[in-house]
Amino acid sequence: MSLQFLLDGLIAGSMIGLGAIGVTLTYSILRFSNFAHGDFMAWGAYAALAVVGVLGGSAPMKPLSFGWPLLVAMIVAMGLTALLALALDWALFARLRARGQSIIVVMASFGASMALRSLLEFMFTSRPTYFSRAIQMATPVGLGIKITADQVALLVVTLALVTGMHLMMSCSQRGREMRAYAQNPALAQVVGIDVAKVVRATWVIGAALACASGVMVGVLVQIRPLMGLSLLLPIFAAAILGGIGSVPGAVLGGLIIGLSEAAAVQFVGAEWRSAVAFVILMGVLLVRPMGLFGVAER
Amino acid sequence: MIIDLLGYGAFFMSTALIFALITLGLNLQWGLTGLFNVGVAGFVAIGAYASAILTTPDTVDRIGGFGWPIALGWIGAALIAAAAAAFTGYATLRLKADYLAITTFGVAVVVQLVALNAQGLTGGPFGVAFIPRPFAGVQDQPVLFNFANLAVVAGVTLAVYLALERLSRSPWGRVLRALREDERAAIALGKSAQSYRIQAFAVGGGVMGLAGAVQAHFIGFIAPDNYLPTLTFQVWAMLMVGGSGSNRGAVLGAIVVWAIWVGSGTLTAAVVPGDFQARAASLQIVAIGVMLCLILLWRPQGFFGPRRKSS
Repeated sequence: MSLQFLLDGLIAGSMIGLGAIGVTLTYSILRFSNFAHGDFMAWGAYAALAVVGVLGGSAPMKPLSFGWPLLVAMIVAMGLTALLALALDWALFARLRARGQSIIVVMASFGASMALRSLLEFMFTSRPTYFSRAIQMATPVGLGIKITADQVALLVVTLALVTGMHLMMSCSQRGREMRAYAQNPALAQVVGIDVAKVVRATWVIGAALACASGVMVGVLVQIRPLMGLSLLLPIFAAAILGGIGSVPGAVLGGLIIGLSEAAAVQFVGAEWRSAVAFVILMGVLLVRPMGLFGVAER
Repeated sequence: MIIDLLGYGAFFMSTALIFALITLGLNLQWGLTGLFNVGVAGFVAIGAYASAILTTPDTVDRIGGFGWPIALGWIGAALIAAAAAAFTGYATLRLKADYLAITTFGVAVVVQLVALNAQGLTGGPFGVAFIPRPFAGVQDQPVLFNFANLAVVAGVTLAVYLALERLSRSPWGRVLRALREDERAAIALGKSAQSYRIQAFAVGGGVMGLAGAVQAHFIGFIAPDNYLPTLTFQVWAMLMVGGSGSNRGAVLGAIVVWAIWVGSGTLTAAVVPGDFQARAASLQIVAIGVMLCLILLWRPQGFFGPRRKSS
């Protein structure tokens, strides 16, 4: 038996985890589950593709399959995706949030998700595209596991993003404000926390991480308009498994979902992969709805 | 020419009324009870496959083909879809509303997956064919056949409409409305919020399953592609246009949105050159998505619902 599935699961899981951070923050701070979050990933990936096109090709940095333009493009695309999220919040979510019915906001995000996804299909057609079509050689690292240079690079980037995110949430002033607002919005306003800034930071962080995750999926697999939709269920499952509102929980939940999916592919069959997230989700909801690191809903 | 037009009119109305049936189910869940279901397509698919398996003649490479009469298949479809909805509700309705939304989304994903992959149950990507159609005996006379089918679909829709109207005016319906408007007050009066919500979600899911079954027998063939998220989305647009909370609005909204959908589809097919038709179809969905958001922003009560509630 090959242990390769452990590595595949780890990589898929870290992308799910990056997406789940955004979902868990939106849920705990803005109080709604954002069905358009998966589409931020797809938009981010296409934005990066467009920026790469503008920057022009350059020789890949061996042994990676991509060169510096992709790194620049990813950072630019993270900004663009954040702008998209802020625009959507300004035009739609903020107005509905002000009316106070959170489930209406969920419904709006569902409508927005459908529109965003189909807009991508309109602009780029539903045919998958790639950052690079080069085939990479995988290097054996023992125990029957092989790894490509791209995979190593993406794991490093993920680790850096998650660490940075964790430091920001636990040490910076804005991070403390976000956590305070999530725990008790009324009290947070009383002590003078600027809600508008907290809301903006939430969208920027969530969208930027979604974009990073979308670009990585694009590098390792492919880019297509439906990529966000197919990751949405694993992302929600990861956020709930980790405990809504907990950033480390979202990452750990993502890794667990990714590893379970990879195990399912290995032992059950690749066609059932997408069912794994649902089974885990149902299990968590029935047994421990607050998740691993969550606190009971007040 | 006139004959063709009549036949097409009957076909259009039958399809629209099947959508109306699904929308009525969603109206019970959302309009009356405030339960957000993003997996409508999943429950419709459960009903369609259940009835198809129960009524088709015996098949070698697939479970079932029990050859039941159509009416029994429809009842079975409604019961099985209701059971699936009841279980979904049981798992999530004691938690926050968003969990129900996420779980129903998952139900739709998994139903789609089972439809595609469990070949021994659902026929896989090729679906189930030879589903018995009502009035198959007069299939060679298209107009008579189409109108006979329209009569059946209209009859089922009317029956469900009247039943739901009656239910929503009954004490049971009043409890649901009370729970939606002021949960604490209703609980204080001794009503179990969770149990009533599960019941409403199950009945709504049953209506969706029935609609799926009616559609399966109307077309005579089902495949996984009929039950993509777009279906859920269309039904939501229908309910929001019609005005959630009103059964009359649900039916009218379904007919209007379906007319717009078919009309704009025919128009793009005629005007847009071949290579761009797939793109034009995505633009159609974008338009409906934007419309849904605009209705939420500017006219949350819809267009055909009750005028602003005074009580």
